[in-house]
Amino acid sequence: MNKEIAVVDYGMGNIHSIDKALKFVASGDNIKVTDKPQDLADADKVVFPGVGAIRDCVAALKSSGLDAAIKQAAKEKPLMAICVGMQALFENNEEDANSHGLGILQGDVKLIKDDGGKAQPQEKSQEEFQERLKVPQIGWNQLNLVDPDHPLYYKIAQNSYFYFVHSYYCLSDDPKIASAKCTYGIEFDAAVLSGNVFATQFHPEKSQDDGLQMLKNFCQWEGCK
Amino acid sequence: MLAKRIIPCLDVADGRVVKGIKFQELRDAGDPVEAAKRYCEAGADELAVLDISASEEGRKTTLDLVERIASEVFIPLMVGGGISELKDIKALLRAGADKVSINTSAVLKPDLIRQAAETFGSQCITVAIDVKKDGAGGWKVFTHGGKKETDLDAIEWAEQVAQLGAGEILLTSMDNDGGLNGFDLDITSKISDKVSIPVIASGGVGNLQHLADGVTHGKADAVLAASIFHFGTYTIKQAKEVMQEAGIPVRPPKPSRN
Repeated sequence: MNKEIAVVDYGMGNIHSIDKALKFVASGDNIKVTDKPQDLADADKVVFPGVGAIRDCVAALKSSGLDAAIKQAAKEKPLMAICVGMQALFENNEEDANSHGLGILQGDVKLIKDDGGKAQPQEKSQEEFQERLKVPQIGWNQLNLVDPDHPLYYKIAQNSYFYFVHSYYCLSDDPKIASAKCTYGIEFDAAVLSGNVFATQFHPEKSQDDGLQMLKNFCQWEGCK
Repeated sequence: MLAKRIIPCLDVADGRVVKGIKFQELRDAGDPVEAAKRYCEAGADELAVLDISASEEGRKTTLDLVERIASEVFIPLMVGGGISELKDIKALLRAGADKVSINTSAVLKPDLIRQAAETFGSQCITVAIDVKKDGAGGWKVFTHGGKKETDLDAIEWAEQVAQLGAGEILLTSMDNDGGLNGFDLDITSKISDKVSIPVIASGGVGNLQHLADGVTHGKADAVLAASIFHFGTYTIKQAKEVMQEAGIPVRPPKPSRN
């Protein structure tokens, strides 16, 4: 059965990549880029991509009423949040102590620490080639899948590379919702899965075949009933 | 572990690859989209498209090209050339670019970097810095495709762009560019040590060991090359093998489907 997938457009960033990638993998599903809360309510699934600053993202969502629509969607249907979209789902963030996220997930959003080259990187080869932990993390890093047999990871091998670009990372309070881990100086939640909510710090829409496969898996995922 | 990136660069004018013009196969393929797809299949970690169109009409053709590449290639796409205002960045991002690289305009109006980072996020703002040795142990920044010398010291300018909110630096040595003798490892490592943002090394790659040296000695986070890949001298897969042998973490090339 064909599904309607709403892609949240809160007017701030480049959502064209995710739109193009979803259209590439969605066989028969209708991909609708929208800024209307009602479209989120009507859709079968929601994709919430984010770029830029969390504060601006959350402010834009609140002013358009999309915040309530995303919170409601998270309870009822499969929701996939990407990058800053993932970060915005959490309650607290270090970026701005006075700004609050959507509070759909409990945990912290923290800044990757640029240590100026002083701290010891966890992995030796990083130490060999880089004296300084660069922020943002830009590039391809490996996923340690907590539950590799989950339908969202169908055909995706353990330790596959995905594309990251971020200065902040998420750490959920509930370790059980960590669905994939990644290491960059520290270990953080590369993906979380809680009920209907699947959120990734990396960009599946920019992660070539494995990323497209993951989007396809999301299109076919029934969510938690 | 974070992999070091290999970024092939396509120079385009009026929607056509220009550096590859002598490379028969590329010319026969005709379309830069085909070249982009081939690099992506071969394991490129990112693509750079540099627009060297001289006319307004040429720029529009490039926008159309970016749109077509972004519809078929699902790896990060950086586009540079001729960006002078926020609306240029917006147009490129709308067409499907993930990052833009700003060069001359960043020097003429440094505030553009700050505004662009605030509007679109640091992650999509790369500042391209073209440098040349000044003969006194330092490096000076050049603009306008290397035609104009500025008073800016390369290292100080790199620190300034990082402070203004650039997410990444694309560093090209004009002394080495086209010489096929390798990157200027000295200035690359100096800048990489000095700034907290990633540095892409560019200019001078003649063989695959040069790419590895850019990471091990130049401390670059990514390496960019054009002619060694365009002219078919080496493949991305071979490049990754050489980097791997040097102990550099790379995203392994996909196993061949054949």
